[in-house]
Amino acid sequence: MRIAVCVKQIPDPATPYELDPDSHYVVRPNDQVLDDTDRYGVEVALQLAEATEGSVTLVSMSPSGNLQGIRQALAMGADKAVIVDDESLRGSDSLTTAKVLAGAIQREGFDLVIAGTESTDGYTGVVPQQVAELLDVPSLSFAKKVELAEDGAVRIERQTAAGYDVVQSAVPVLVTVTSGVVEPRYPTFKGIMQAKSKPVDTLGCGDVGVSPTTTQTIQAVEPVPAREAGEIVEDDGEGYAKIVAMLEQVKVI
Amino acid sequence: MTDYRPPLRDIKFVLEHVVGLDDIAALPDFEHVDRDLSFTVLDEAGRFMADRIAPTNQVGDAEGAIHHDDGRVTLPKEIRSAYQEYVAAGWNAVKAPMEYGGHGFPTSVGIGVMEMLTTANMAFSLCPMLTASAILALQHHGTEEQKAIYLEKLISGEWTGTMDLTEPQAGSDVGALTTKAEPQDDGTYRITGTKIFITWGEHDVADNIIHLVLARTPGAPPGTKGISLFIVPKYLVNADGSIGERNDVNCVSIEHKIGIHASPTCVLSYGDNAGAVGYLVGAENQGMRAMFTMMNDARLHVGLEGLGVAERSYQQALEYAQERRQGRAIGAPKTESSPIIDHPDVRRMLMTMKANIEAMRALMYDNAAALDWAEHGVDDEQRQRGAARAALLTPLAKGWGTDLGVELTSIGIQIHGGMGYVEETGSAQIWRDSRIAPIYEGTNGIQAIDLVLRKLPMDGGKVVASYFDEIDALDGPLGAAGLDSIRERLAAGLAVLRKATDWIGSRDDVNDALAAATPYARMFGIVAGGYYMAKAALAAHSALGSANGDAGFYAAKVTTAQFYAEQILPQADGLLAASTAPSDSLFAIEPEALRG
Ligand SMILES: Cc1cc2nc3c(=O)[nH]c(=O)nc-3n(C[C@H](O)[C@H](O)[C@H](O)COP(=O)(O)OP(=O)(O)OC[C@H]3O[C@@H](n4cnc5c(N)ncnc54)[C@H](O)[C@@H]3O)c2cc1C
Ligand SMILES: Cc1cc2nc3c(=O)[nH]c(=O)nc-3n(C[C@H](O)[C@H](O)[C@H](O)COP(=O)(O)OP(=O)(O)OC[C@H]3O[C@@H](n4cnc5c(N)ncnc54)[C@H](O)[C@@H]3O)c2cc1C
Repeated sequence: MRIAVCVKQIPDPATPYELDPDSHYVVRPNDQVLDDTDRYGVEVALQLAEATEGSVTLVSMSPSGNLQGIRQALAMGADKAVIVDDESLRGSDSLTTAKVLAGAIQREGFDLVIAGTESTDGYTGVVPQQVAELLDVPSLSFAKKVELAEDGAVRIERQTAAGYDVVQSAVPVLVTVTSGVVEPRYPTFKGIMQAKSKPVDTLGCGDVGVSPTTTQTIQAVEPVPAREAGEIVEDDGEGYAKIVAMLEQVKVI
Repeated sequence: MTDYRPPLRDIKFVLEHVVGLDDIAALPDFEHVDRDLSFTVLDEAGRFMADRIAPTNQVGDAEGAIHHDDGRVTLPKEIRSAYQEYVAAGWNAVKAPMEYGGHGFPTSVGIGVMEMLTTANMAFSLCPMLTASAILALQHHGTEEQKAIYLEKLISGEWTGTMDLTEPQAGSDVGALTTKAEPQDDGTYRITGTKIFITWGEHDVADNIIHLVLARTPGAPPGTKGISLFIVPKYLVNADGSIGERNDVNCVSIEHKIGIHASPTCVLSYGDNAGAVGYLVGAENQGMRAMFTMMNDARLHVGLEGLGVAERSYQQALEYAQERRQGRAIGAPKTESSPIIDHPDVRRMLMTMKANIEAMRALMYDNAAALDWAEHGVDDEQRQRGAARAALLTPLAKGWGTDLGVELTSIGIQIHGGMGYVEETGSAQIWRDSRIAPIYEGTNGIQAIDLVLRKLPMDGGKVVASYFDEIDALDGPLGAAGLDSIRERLAAGLAVLRKATDWIGSRDDVNDALAAATPYARMFGIVAGGYYMAKAALAAHSALGSANGDAGFYAAKVTTAQFYAEQILPQADGLLAASTAPSDSLFAIEPEALRG
């Protein structure tokens, strides 16, 4: 099974980041890390590839930097990576991102595409569905368990508010996985060494057939307003009624 | 206990700017190593230690190792599975030789992995640390056959190692040991005797334990000249490398200790029945030579424990200081109490921790780098310079580092107030764990003596003199960078240190040097710390110009170095009197009179 996993390199959430004063985009440091939520997708892919003697290709759109985040996923065991890094993609919206990813995936060939549910830094949560649409394959979302059915189809347990649905589709298909779907493996020292010499193809927009058009600009960035002081309700025996009224007013009951 | 956040930026900063990792990675023996790869290794090691090892720290303390009547020692299941994961990922093998399955990385990278392991769980870290010592001993002194049998499995972590020196009457004075080794016709020896305080001497985390035991052969000369080193495996090893019969070495009991509860401290008895089978390493009576091979490495690692506990305690205290509200800081709004971090005294405690931690880390990583040069330098000159520097820094890393470990973890408790004294927060455990480090692997008293009697006279005093010259050489750059308070305090610290060094060198009565040793070693540590902080400040200062997103980080480095220079370095002055006082004053009162 040829598996493509969409993974994002993001600025390390543990270190403060800066915004470019003109464009208001995040200044991407040279060192970026693999988005933690993507480790789950990589792990699922590795397990399925191991079961089917398949291959795992990482697909990413981001400024390459020193490729640290990509190497982290390669160290877990993925076979190769394709990264689309093009200055003209700076500040892309989710649809452009999806076009780029779909183009790269198409170019590589695939049976299964795996993505996270939403990224840690952008968290629009829509890129994977857009990718599925562009690739013209079904999308199975919110998988809390992924397995292969007898006939080679992919079966998932889709997390719902009430429990889970069992959903299945023949390949080719796209699956988004939730955090916690599996326990991602820790790279071994050997894996880290091997990652150094695994192939990483760097592509531009033209290679994936996308001509970016900037559709969004950030006009201003305002700091989060300070939390306002809470209102104290003194209980004179009827305090509960006031609280119920307040909760109704903010529409939580 | 709060989560452990591996201080990767600090570690990388030291490797890049203070230690010169790039120069080490450029050595021919490290062709497979470069900075990016080393940093990736550290990133992944950090994630692993934080996620998989750190969560075992508290359960390891609460449950601890358990000794059973049949001599078995068992560890909490969390520790057992953490060990399995640790070795499966290959973290045991970072700097071990490649021909036996190691990764052949520099000690200066290995120390980063070891720091994070130690900080995550100090008691656990002792097992890999002692295994590393056993690997070094066999690598340098074992026969080809012994290397073939033991090295690969010790490096993979399938088996673990121990160092068995101490006996009831032989602690600091290793030469007093009496364990016997009788040669047999088949070339092996039978070992009989009792060792105490043997760390990880019995456990259930791995299949075999390779004890490296110091003992005396019949007719051996007294003292350290008559000591030989033996391999005594818990299970004998068959010719094909598989595990054979149980050897006659048994764990009689384990100690109940202040801390490191997950590290079994064993009384081992050899030869209660048939005699324990031992295999000589190197020649008879050459055991101390092998010990010296490992000592630099082992002592640095114990020093690292001081750093590790201090770092963990600092992280915990910093978090607490931001959450705990108490009192009102000057200028704070009237209606609310302030987080205690806003009180100057709490801030000073935190800064004291932070500054000392950074100073210690730099000294220890420089010590590790010196070990790399000593072993992998391209010519004799490089190797000798590295060896001499490592020899000079080792007693400081061990002595100054572990004393600070105890002091800083105590400050960590203080920041917590009453909550620091109750076990719940975990800061008490860190302090309890820290307390052993000044004792084992040569007490800090012995480290100070090593510094004044062995290290200062090296090469006619040239080694220490050239280290001092290096400190002097920062004067110009510090002035040029406008880092005046650092420049002035460092020069003043160096002046008193030189004065005390000259005084010690000038005394005819060895007892005077011995009397001065501990305050002098402390003073040396403080000034050396100032040197590394100054180096860091210079690097940060020049990086500030080109910083991209990291300006806050570099600015904090400069400020922390200034704090160290202005508030910690001056302590060196206060130690001058004690470092230059003859021994008479210490012996002026007879022991009976000491009772009062
Ligand atoms: C040159 C360049 C500069 C950029 N600069 C910025 C910037 O300054 N600020 C900023 O916020 N963003 C920047 N981006 C990222 C881009 O804008 C986002 O990827 C996109 O807008 C939507 O992502 P999301 O995180 O909301 O996706 P979501 O839909 O929340 O992500 C869900 C899943 O989709 C997959 N996925 C999403 N995005 C990617 C991707 N890029 N590569 C691989 N898999 C992905 C992952 O599996 C992820 O778990 C930049 C990208 C490039 C190429
Ligand atoms: C938890 C734990 C784990 C240990 N693990 C190991 C292990 O794995 N293997 C092993 O072999 N040993 C181990 N030890 C033993 C440890 O190395 C010794 O305890 C240590 O070397 C000190 O020896 P001692 O306890 O006999 O103290 P002593 O030597 O009796 O020292 C008592 C005091 O006298 C001072 N002193 C002694 N001699 C001198 C001198 N000549 N000049 C000045 N001061 C002196 C010391 O500094 C100390 O303050 C361990 C000990 C503990 C507690």
